[in-house]
Amino acid sequence: MKKKKMKWTRFDVLIYLIGFLLLLIVLYPLYFVVIASVSDPNYVNIGQVIFLPKGFNLDGYKRVLNTPEIWTGFRNSVFYTVAGTALNVVMTITAAYALSKKRLVGRNFFQFMIVFTMFFGGGMIPTYLLMKNMQMLDTVWVMIVPGAVSAYNLIVTKTFFVNSIPDELEEAARIDGASYFKTFFSIVLPLSTPIIAVMTLFYGIGHWNSYFDGMIYLSDRNLLPLQVILKEILSSAQMAANSTSMSTSEMTLLAEQQKIAEMVKYVSMIVATVPVLLIYPFIQKYFKKGIMVGSLKG
Amino acid sequence: MFCQTEVVQCPSSQQKGGFFMKRGKKRTYAVRRKGGLGRRILSCWQLYVFLIPTLVYFVIFSYGPMYGVQIAFRDFSVRKGIWGSRWVGLEHFQRFFDSYYFSQLIKNTLHISIYSIIVGFILPILLALLVNELRNGKFKSILQTVTYAPYFISTVVFCGMLTIFLNNTNGLFNQIIVGLGGKPVGFLTDPSLFSHVFVWSGAWQGTGWGSIIYIAALAGIDEQLYEAAKIDGATRLQRIWHINLPHLLPTMITLLILSCGSLLGVGYEKVFLLQNSLNAATSEVISTYVYKAGLVQAQYSFATAVGLFNSVINFVILILVNAVAKRISDTSLW
Repeated sequence: MKKKKMKWTRFDVLIYLIGFLLLLIVLYPLYFVVIASVSDPNYVNIGQVIFLPKGFNLDGYKRVLNTPEIWTGFRNSVFYTVAGTALNVVMTITAAYALSKKRLVGRNFFQFMIVFTMFFGGGMIPTYLLMKNMQMLDTVWVMIVPGAVSAYNLIVTKTFFVNSIPDELEEAARIDGASYFKTFFSIVLPLSTPIIAVMTLFYGIGHWNSYFDGMIYLSDRNLLPLQVILKEILSSAQMAANSTSMSTSEMTLLAEQQKIAEMVKYVSMIVATVPVLLIYPFIQKYFKKGIMVGSLKG
Repeated sequence: MFCQTEVVQCPSSQQKGGFFMKRGKKRTYAVRRKGGLGRRILSCWQLYVFLIPTLVYFVIFSYGPMYGVQIAFRDFSVRKGIWGSRWVGLEHFQRFFDSYYFSQLIKNTLHISIYSIIVGFILPILLALLVNELRNGKFKSILQTVTYAPYFISTVVFCGMLTIFLNNTNGLFNQIIVGLGGKPVGFLTDPSLFSHVFVWSGAWQGTGWGSIIYIAALAGIDEQLYEAAKIDGATRLQRIWHINLPHLLPTMITLLILSCGSLLGVGYEKVFLLQNSLNAATSEVISTYVYKAGLVQAQYSFATAVGLFNSVINFVILILVNAVAKRISDTSLW
């Protein structure tokens, strides 16, 4: 007990100071977005919004609530994320389980075939043409099926099974006559909560944040995910801010619109990020485990 | 029920498998394997049920495009299909190598990528060492939770934040610079600054996440090592240098090899979102170029050739770096 209470050395003070500084560097930009979203953009633009909101108003939020496109995007993203992640997790866990069994005939070959795709691929254009040939462009499928399994996640999960689930446990069950299906559902799955949690998080965040796929594969505006809509909002507002050659009457009208557009930028960024932040604390405790199993070879 | 490989490979099933073993020994190994193949496959049919959807997926969505990559050697037109298109050999590659933007593209890509590999390699290690020196408690866990968080912000949101903060006239950074008596800096409009913006914003977003694996590895160090070092009179910096760093070395090498494997594969999403006509001179990289040539201008074959060139180089570099790492440190990917 006495030894536990170590003295604070200069080294400690320095370390904690740096740590505190890092905390500020990471948090402040996020905090700024939040306070800017409820402040008058005129104050934000001249640097008057630093610690607290100024000219408090919720116009940005009202506008976002009344923009159907954002909600369509939000709904689409929720659908792609839930459906996509469900497919991801089921396929990854089952395939990883099969690959973790030494008895699987052809195991090394299958594994090589999968790992190879991590290091080499056909590239953007052949993939795009494949989607086109399969008539998947502009359908919801193109947002769900092409990313159904990530080779990396599959190998991580397989390593988890090999390392964390004792073979003897299953062995005993199988000697008693249990099938692979039975041991998988009654022994392996209950022990796999950490890896399922981590995979759900990885895949889920991937779907929610994905932008490029939606941009290149979809043109039907009713199918666009939130990130694509968001990008449009962010860059269109920018364009208005950059155009300077205008008459005075246009200017005043534009100024008002621009004010709201500025706020909408902040608000829509928050709307797109909040769902992630909501699930983050629940899954956070599994991170270390999930990342460790994957990166250190078992 | 049991496959015969199991008998060979699993000592835990010896009692049950012993029966097979004895009988099998009379035959030669090869014959036994061959004769049992069908039965061995059949006895794991349930595993195949689990595996086959995923295999089919990889064949279609990973190997499909690899098969389609041959259009890099053809004059592909959508109407004629892959086989109907004329074979032109290396014509598209030649055109790419001869074009005036070839050296610019390579230079930009390498510059951004090497710069981010170095920063993205060092900072997480430093952060992990720092976190490891903090005493267990609230501050430590808060710092970890907070530094991981930016990783989960989407690229679109993140680039939106950057364009707002780095705005020439009213961005946060320029307000500070002007407030301190400086001149506004065109972070996103000055081509010479693009790589710095890209790399250091990436550090803000990825350092915490990258440190997790190191923090976890550091937590596994035997406390006795520190005690022994203390008795020998080692300072804390010496302990970090002689105990912590060597302990992280295998992880460091593995991650470094992996990042070298994407030397020419700068994440196109972020570059694409930060790009504008003013900084294009330094921000155009191979992947964004493939997008523009291929999907915007519909030069499918040409863009595929550029992309293929990129992936082949990446693959070769990965294999080389891995071989070197294997030679000098015994750490390798496979």
